Amino acid sequence: MPEMTLVEAVNLALARAMEDDPDVVVLGEDVGINGGVFRATVGLQTRFGPERVLDTPLAELLISGLCVGMAAQGLKPVGEIQFMGFLYPCIDQLVNHASRIRNRTQGRLTCPMVLRTPHGAGIRAPEHHSESTEAMLAHIPGLRVVIPSSPERAYGLLLAAIRDPDPVVFLEPTRIYRAAKGEVEDDGEALPLDVAFVLRKGRDVTLISWGGMLKETMAAADALAADGIAAEVIDLATLKPYDEITVLGSVAKTGRCVIVHEATRTGGFGAEIAALIAERALTSLLAPVARVTGYDTIIPMARLEHHMMPSVDRIVTAARQACQFS
Amino acid sequence: MADGGLPVIARFEVRHRNYLAPDGSINRPLPAFASDTDLLTALYRAMMLLRNFDRKAVALQRTGRLGTYAVSLGQEAVSVGVASAMREEDVLLPSYRDNGALIWRGVKLEEILLFWGGDERGNHFSGPVRDFPFCVPVGSQAPHAAGVAYAFKLRKQPRVAVCMFGDGATSKGDVYEAMNFAGVHKLPVVFVATNNQWAISVPLRLQTGCETLAQKAIAAGFIGEQVDGSDVVAMRAAAEDAIAAARDGRGPRFIEAVTYRLGDHTTSDDALRYRSADEVQARWKEEPITRLRSYLVGQKMWSKAQEEQLAAECHERVEAAVERYLATEPRRPETMFDHLYAELPETYAAQRRELAGEGDA
Ligand SMILES: Cc1ncc(C[n+]2csc(CCOP(=O)(O)OP(=O)(O)O)c2C)c(N)n1
Repeated sequence: MPEMTLVEAVNLALARAMEDDPDVVVLGEDVGINGGVFRATVGLQTRFGPERVLDTPLAELLISGLCVGMAAQGLKPVGEIQFMGFLYPCIDQLVNHASRIRNRTQGRLTCPMVLRTPHGAGIRAPEHHSESTEAMLAHIPGLRVVIPSSPERAYGLLLAAIRDPDPVVFLEPTRIYRAAKGEVEDDGEALPLDVAFVLRKGRDVTLISWGGMLKETMAAADALAADGIAAEVIDLATLKPYDEITVLGSVAKTGRCVIVHEATRTGGFGAEIAALIAERALTSLLAPVARVTGYDTIIPMARLEHHMMPSVDRIVTAARQACQFS
Repeated sequence: MADGGLPVIARFEVRHRNYLAPDGSINRPLPAFASDTDLLTALYRAMMLLRNFDRKAVALQRTGRLGTYAVSLGQEAVSVGVASAMREEDVLLPSYRDNGALIWRGVKLEEILLFWGGDERGNHFSGPVRDFPFCVPVGSQAPHAAGVAYAFKLRKQPRVAVCMFGDGATSKGDVYEAMNFAGVHKLPVVFVATNNQWAISVPLRLQTGCETLAQKAIAAGFIGEQVDGSDVVAMRAAAEDAIAAARDGRGPRFIEAVTYRLGDHTTSDDALRYRSADEVQARWKEEPITRLRSYLVGQKMWSKAQEEQLAAECHERVEAAVERYLATEPRRPETMFDHLYAELPETYAAQRRELAGEGDA
């Protein structure tokens, strides 16, 4: 199996989906000859033509709205938003149309679209390029929010997202676009949505994260193992709807939970998981649920951004505290 | 010279289309279809039905049996004229005030009542299956129309998307973004802006500094035409031309239908707060139904007996629809989860069971 980066796996999945299904259309700013600013769509236009890989005008609301129109007509559009900071004009379309057209027309019209966008900080990008506002999206009924953390899952989950009959926002962790490498077989096999992946088994503490932050989370699990603490690491992968069963099962086993995300804390998705555990697993808890998150501030520009993001140390400290709590 | 004698590199023009004068006389030779008595009377019947339906809907709202409702009073010619020029396989993307177009396309009156009565089943309507439901967030359906038209083009289907919105909507970026994209790709889409002079309480002159809305198409690279939106013959003719052009691959068109909203914005609005009764009174002289009737009667295409029969028919149709609407069994609460996703995720299935009173273990 060839080794590739996460962004190459995205490209491979797009190519595979377009090859398999003539209804798949890729659209966005610079996705054509330029292959996207992160090269996620490189080579697709040459292979599938400018009608199926189209460079749109510079208008994000339009990209998401076009996807709704195309999808309601039976195409499977995959829109690209260059950076998450430019996704906000699409919120109107996601909230008011994409996520609810099936429900409001009682199934007469559906919206099998995917909107892809880079997610998160850590690439020393300009302002507005480092957002991780997934909780806002995960709040929208009728939507799916998916975020891979490895090339293998990027390939399998993106294929699943494109084949899914409902709208999916697919968040691609920018920081590990090239840093994450792995073997990916182009077998056209999708991975399941709505299912969390247990990346590492352990009995002492549950670490839950998603996307780019799993890199630090896994490193923290290594450090804890050196201390004799066996951490179970869960990659949530789909945030909406998320796999409550795997979360609750793990916490019931370990009694301790640390949630890690780089998005700001207040109203972050970690709060949702903590609330679920408080409601449904309180009696198995041996320590308070902890959150290691970005701070409640605007994501700083390059020089300070790494202070905003949870470090391996912060995660290890939180997990140790949870284990020492009695 | 202030411009230093710089050469003019482009000039643009906007045309205005009108055939029937407010008194029903004709201003210029009518288009060919106007010799078809059946068609003209069908347009008339559709406008009358809509007016009767509107009156009843308001009465239902006033007596607490319908939610907020948006009437078409004074602008019946727009949606009826446009819809009558469409083919079944075209796709309509209506605003919330386009009842007339939906009815023409086969949506049942009781379905429209269900929608305004707060029941999503009204959107699962009996019209063409790919037509969009009413769009409430103003102008946000315009990008959908471009997407629909792109799908037609990609699949080489001779179909046209017809997108309707108000003058207020033309102030939104959504509409321009969609028109701009449609212009780039010469998409088979027709945008129809119903310029009824008011966006709730905001008059056109506060909505735009443009002389016409039609000229907005120029910036997107295609033809914008201003049409007398109270003249159903003009509306039908303009829509027919635009739809034919779009179908033949000649790209999008924009129609500004200039008309007047004689009623309140919706049943929860009181238009007297922002415009005078005199202004409205004056506009009654231009309204589309009397105008067409005067023409038809003058041409001996329509008689008093027909008028009486039509009134009875409209009454009957509307009353029967209201009866069916009121007799519709209520939805069970847990059905709010139906059609949320193709398959309901287990997490939400538990919430559905809770609503159904099937308490979870
Ligand atoms: C995006 C958006 N903003 C505000 C509203 C509230 N609103 C409903 S109708 C309306 C006026 C729309 O005017 P216009 O587009 O001219 O259409 P008309 O109602 O005259 O048919 C407003 C502001 C809305 N529905 N959508």
